[in-house]
Amino acid sequence: MQVSKEELLHIAKLADLEINENEIDNYLANLEDILNFANIVNNAPVEGLDITIGANEAKNVFRKDEVKVFTDNESLLENAPDKDQNMFRIPKVIE
Amino acid sequence: MDITELTVHELQEKLKNKELTSYDITKAYVDRIEEKEKDVQAFVTTLENEALEKASKIEEERKSGEVGIFTGIPIGIKDNICTKGVKTTCSSKMLENFVSPYDATVVEKLNKERIINLGKLNMDEFAMGGSTEYSYFKKTRNPWDLNKVPGGSSGGSAAAVAANMVPWALGSDTGGSIRQPASFCGVVGLKPTYGLVSRYGLVAFASSLDQIGPITKDVYDSAMLLNIITGHDERDTTSRNIEKKDYTKALKNDVKGLKIGVPKEFFGEGINEEVKEKLEEAIETYKELGAEIEEFSLDIAKYSLATYYIIACAEASSNLGRFDGIRYGYRAKEFKDLKDLYRKSRSEGFGEEVKRRIILGTYVLSSGYYDAYYKKAQQVRTLVMNEFNKAFQKYDVILTPTSPTVAFDIGSKSNNPLEMYLADICTVSVNIAGLPGISVPCGVDKKGMPIGMQLIGNKFEEETILNAAYTFEQKIKFRENYKPTFRKGEK
Repeated sequence: MQVSKEELLHIAKLADLEINENEIDNYLANLEDILNFANIVNNAPVEGLDITIGANEAKNVFRKDEVKVFTDNESLLENAPDKDQNMFRIPKVIE
Repeated sequence: MDITELTVHELQEKLKNKELTSYDITKAYVDRIEEKEKDVQAFVTTLENEALEKASKIEEERKSGEVGIFTGIPIGIKDNICTKGVKTTCSSKMLENFVSPYDATVVEKLNKERIINLGKLNMDEFAMGGSTEYSYFKKTRNPWDLNKVPGGSSGGSAAAVAANMVPWALGSDTGGSIRQPASFCGVVGLKPTYGLVSRYGLVAFASSLDQIGPITKDVYDSAMLLNIITGHDERDTTSRNIEKKDYTKALKNDVKGLKIGVPKEFFGEGINEEVKEKLEEAIETYKELGAEIEEFSLDIAKYSLATYYIIACAEASSNLGRFDGIRYGYRAKEFKDLKDLYRKSRSEGFGEEVKRRIILGTYVLSSGYYDAYYKKAQQVRTLVMNEFNKAFQKYDVILTPTSPTVAFDIGSKSNNPLEMYLADICTVSVNIAGLPGISVPCGVDKKGMPIGMQLIGNKFEEETILNAAYTFEQKIKFRENYKPTFRKGEK
């Protein structure tokens, strides 16, 4: 499985990650290695089999859609890298 | 008497008979951590003072009335399980200063039993790895040979239990992260059936595979810790509402007539000869104990491993999307705009292996590759489940090695991700199918490194594998015969 540099950078961008120029070769080699190995799934005898998305037979687990009052705003903001009063502070998003 | 040598059920006995107090026990562990941490490096956070304070308080309560059977027993907790007011770092720079505003459900359950937290245990960053070398903070060492890895990702938990730095610990297992380090460190590690233990408050890696479980000195302790942490939780919709059991009642020390299947593919290429030998001895032991052993074919190991890495990375790439430097976690110091803040915070906050897996996961989910990898892997998941279902129509338990090798040298695999992944070959299929699996020590190799045996059960049949493990343990008495030496073996 050949992965191109452009493809790698595109995927990294989708994942919101930066890859430095000097890391590219290493990432490409690892990714190719792993994908070559992972390709084995295409030889598995799965003709006609459904997909499985989880290990659990439980389906449609419902609960009542009830409003619960949450008051501990402070604890939610405790770990914020930057905050102002009771709000998360982020860089300006409107040009 | 060395208090830290005792199992939890032995500690309970001594507490009951007033031979020991909670304070004596906690103090013994605090001293032991002090003595051994420089060699083993198992903890990210230690809570010596808090633990001793709690123990003193508990002693006061004990004098004035009835207390529970676990009151005042200490524990260690893997650092991806949220503990209110105590850092939960996932051994990542991303969460270096993260203090959870709430307790995980399993931690609430420990607190309810008045179990004392001795600290948070080291792991591979975000539980991604099999050696604990991918921790941002430190490399944990194997108490049986300090130049070897303890396994991973719950390497801190397994090493701390093996080194008697905690009486028992919680770990988490997505593809073998409880069982493999337990095997490398000569302790008992149980991954429960998917849905038996609530994942609420476990920092998510691959949500359809993750499960919390006990790492203990022996099988009886494993059953007791499982008793505490199981139960339905409405905050985790995948947790199943089934009747609570007392797993210690299943420990009958009798496996007569138990049908054990041995899949020959798990004993083939890549499995170390000494590991194979010890497993064959274990099979003979089960025969002597009256179990019925049969070899059979379960040709899923190689598909399982590829499927595991596709599914786990896909889910991780989605789960780790939440780390963006806004609400919690690491934020880059310099950035141009919001998008740049996300990108820089994530690129600086995550370690290399985590980024590699996010990229792999994003790749297999991206258009053009989704069908070839992700969808195919989900079909293989059905295949793996079907094959296990067939096997469990014939057998009560499936027996395999836990890991193809004993603990390897620190540094020997950390630069070769694929080689590190191959070490998970015996454990991942259990997570893919959502089954319970336990690793119990079955001997040591010529250099004295522990070898683990994995027993796999059908869904929610923890009792069967616990009893099978217990009966074996009573026969071979591993803990009486072998102890970690803290030596530095040659490389």
